[in-house]
Amino acid sequence: MRVGVVLFPGTNRERDVLTAFVRAGAPRPRLIWHEESDLAGLDLVVLPGGFSYGDYLRPGAMAALSPVMTAVRAFAARGGYVLGICNGFQILIEAGILPGALLRNVTLRFLAQDCHLRVERADTAFTRHFQKGAVFRAPMAHGDGNYFADPATLARLEGEGLIAFRYTPPAGELAREANPNGSMNHIAGIYSANLRVLGLMPHPEDLVDPVIGGEDGLPLFTGLAEALAA
Amino acid sequence: MSAAVTPELARAFGLNDDEYARVQAILGRIPSLTELGIFAVMWSEHCSYKSSRIWLRKLPTEAPWVLHGPGENAGVVAIGEGLAAVFKIESHNHPSFIEPYQGAATGVGGILRDVFTMGARPIANLNALRFGDPAHPLTRRIVDGVVRGIGGYGNCVGVPTVGGEIDFHPAYNTNPLVNAMTVGVARADRIFLSRASGVGNPVVYVGAKTGRDGIHGATMASAEFGADAETKRPTVQIGDPFVEKLLIEACLELMETDAIVAIQDMGAAGLTSSSVEMAGKGGLGIELDLDRVPQRETGMTAYEMMLSESQERMLMILRPGREALAERIFRKWGLDVAVIGRLTDTGRLVVRHQGRIEADIPLGPLATEAPVYDRPRQAPPPPPPPGEAAAQDPVGLAAALERLLASPDRCSRAWVWHQYDATVGGETVKRPGAADAAVVRIEGHLLALALTTDCAPRYCAADPRLGGAQAVAEAWRNLCAVDARPLAFTDNLNFGNPEKPEIMGQFALAIEGMAEAARALDFPVVSGNVSFYNETEGRAILPTPVVGGLGVLEDAAQARGIALAPGLDLVLIGATQGALGQSLWLREILGLQAGAPPLLDLAAERRCGEFVRAEIAAGRIAASHDLSDGGLLIAVAEMALAGNTGVSLLPGPAGLPPHAFWFGEDQGRYLLATSDGAALLARAEAAGIAARLIGRSGGRDLTLPEGTTISLASLRACHERFFPAFMEGSG
Repeated sequence: MRVGVVLFPGTNRERDVLTAFVRAGAPRPRLIWHEESDLAGLDLVVLPGGFSYGDYLRPGAMAALSPVMTAVRAFAARGGYVLGICNGFQILIEAGILPGALLRNVTLRFLAQDCHLRVERADTAFTRHFQKGAVFRAPMAHGDGNYFADPATLARLEGEGLIAFRYTPPAGELAREANPNGSMNHIAGIYSANLRVLGLMPHPEDLVDPVIGGEDGLPLFTGLAEALAA
Repeated sequence: MSAAVTPELARAFGLNDDEYARVQAILGRIPSLTELGIFAVMWSEHCSYKSSRIWLRKLPTEAPWVLHGPGENAGVVAIGEGLAAVFKIESHNHPSFIEPYQGAATGVGGILRDVFTMGARPIANLNALRFGDPAHPLTRRIVDGVVRGIGGYGNCVGVPTVGGEIDFHPAYNTNPLVNAMTVGVARADRIFLSRASGVGNPVVYVGAKTGRDGIHGATMASAEFGADAETKRPTVQIGDPFVEKLLIEACLELMETDAIVAIQDMGAAGLTSSSVEMAGKGGLGIELDLDRVPQRETGMTAYEMMLSESQERMLMILRPGREALAERIFRKWGLDVAVIGRLTDTGRLVVRHQGRIEADIPLGPLATEAPVYDRPRQAPPPPPPPGEAAAQDPVGLAAALERLLASPDRCSRAWVWHQYDATVGGETVKRPGAADAAVVRIEGHLLALALTTDCAPRYCAADPRLGGAQAVAEAWRNLCAVDARPLAFTDNLNFGNPEKPEIMGQFALAIEGMAEAARALDFPVVSGNVSFYNETEGRAILPTPVVGGLGVLEDAAQARGIALAPGLDLVLIGATQGALGQSLWLREILGLQAGAPPLLDLAAERRCGEFVRAEIAAGRIAASHDLSDGGLLIAVAEMALAGNTGVSLLPGPAGLPPHAFWFGEDQGRYLLATSDGAALLARAEAAGIAARLIGRSGGRDLTLPEGTTISLASLRACHERFFPAFMEGSG
């Protein structure tokens, strides 16, 4: 499996992603500078977390216009796998690769705390090592993660099974207090129609080691490593 | 600006008549406005340490593992495997009162630069905060701005904020303390220093453009506030964490090459202090051509450029011929870079602007003739004794526990921590609240650093010497509690106006206490910062010498937190006399700030700490917590809440009133959870350590010795009520 991790000015969780793939037994990903536009040979492109361009204008808005994103858009259209985490999810939305919008957290404050994510389907390259309906813990760290979409888009996402993860309590039921940023339908992550692009706000890459507090996020990376092994 | 330089202007710049006479004697003439500005900032308390210097020399600064002590941008200690920890704490108190968000944010930015300037990648931030009475009308706004500012900056640069402390007291009503600490890691053989060398070498400016912000910030930080404090807002700097992030990456990338001879961040007094310090340390001269300085505004004068405190800027001396390499790296990261001068052999700072020489100052006398004061001092009177009242417990253990756990100084800080990204980097082993010290592993290694900040200002006010020693001992203790080997500390000495003998008396005694504890514990100071003039309208803050401690764990997996699991014995380590003087119990339950603070037995402190570390290292301890504010029962409750596990407590010793046993703040104590309490007691006895079995974990309730039961859910509600209710008007 060949993974590329894109580095924008202001990206700050790229090393976390590299570490997670290495812990998952995957080859060390290659870093891709935002001015590059050649993604040939890659199986998966990761847009990691951070504050690309300082979140100025809107989170992800400026990164969405960088040369590498033209290449990522084409890569995704060709059926390439793309994972956007936190700021990466914001960039995928600003670039029009995933639908909807990520608004300010309903608390109007930055939220840095653990949340629990329910796995809505376990038959994708990203979730094959989870059980459907399983709940796992992940740190969240964002100011703008409040997922919003118009009713038609929301109905399509729900109808086509494109919700990847929802915020829930540990037991997995839906509860307002377990949805701290106020996302519609408790949405924490969504897929593209072909299930090959995943965007999510929380950080499974920061919980892949018992010494750090758990391996809850590791199945995402081992699953990808297995699915894309070649 | 073209004001004529007069003694009145010098006074307005903060130079007294004697200091201004020295300036004229050094120059042999009346200074230009730019020169006056340079002398004023370099001789300000903030930059010159003129009131504190003779006292700071009393602190021990050496140990075999200390690579660079005070005098560099940050302290450096060897941590094994060829690596070094680089760390420092610094205050941004005055700006944080005037403009809380930017004051706190630029405090974080400034201390980060002190660390990556030395070649270290920052891996953790901590913050020691002191706010006024929650009932004071300004407090809520200041807390909100400071917390948002710390988060806004730290979260964006991608350095986890992993710890710190927050206290409230009316003495900080209009003078909050914001002390920011950064810890970085570098290869021990690749530390970058500020000493310039090589006559003719280029002086290179990198980072953000220079604007008119923060002019005379250092002078502002060297004076008391009057009622007009808010009008000083234009002297507060504005931070841009995005530029800082780029600057970190660009500097670390350039540091991989051989291009840099010396490097210094532009902090207080900006271009002035960085150029003067680099050339001065190298015994050289420096020429600056201000026409080449990247400028954000038009029409800036030499005075403004030399005094600007625009953020996110660095000054470097490069090897000849490496300018293009530096330019390529900095341009890649979208940052300004400009050769603005060169080193000379004249020993003078020469500043040129628009064809004129705006300053020509001999660097030797600027440093050696800087004023140093041995100011008059007077020891504070001892506090009144608590009297007979403390012998009685008017409310009972359960009610007192709930009140202390709910009090602003002891309640849950989760509302604050949840705005700080503590996990970025993926190496945070113990997050805020999980252990007595934060623990952060070093990428690619098993090694981890343990980090803490500590100070009990109410002890310092009552007995500055004991309070200073206690701050050092508590930091050392917090490191031991997670099983780290304490290595060194950085200090942030926050005091009132040093021109007042009672303040200088507090300062001198606190230093003596810190020095004594540091020697006894082999725990030297390697960097630090003094913040005087923390007064508003003549009222001083409590003396607040904050200690930022650093220790190392050979294996991050050894680190112990405070969370209890069921089925464990709880063993109290260390002797308990029931010391209630200056305790939180006395203050919160009886409304008294009275008595002598708890005594410190440094030999016992060391014995207990080493015993605890050995027990944890042997794998016998499941959870560990030091006892501090609020004493034993608070520690029990915190361990129970962290692990969501109840505890049944045994009665205390017959000779002590229960409230003195459970809420006394005797020093040098730990609470350990172990599967075999009897064996731990036996080993403690063999080692000559006082120890006592106090209870056993299990269930979902805290059962007090007299039989009262409090559910964890109700304790948690008490513990978590204050911050959301105070800040959001809810909860």
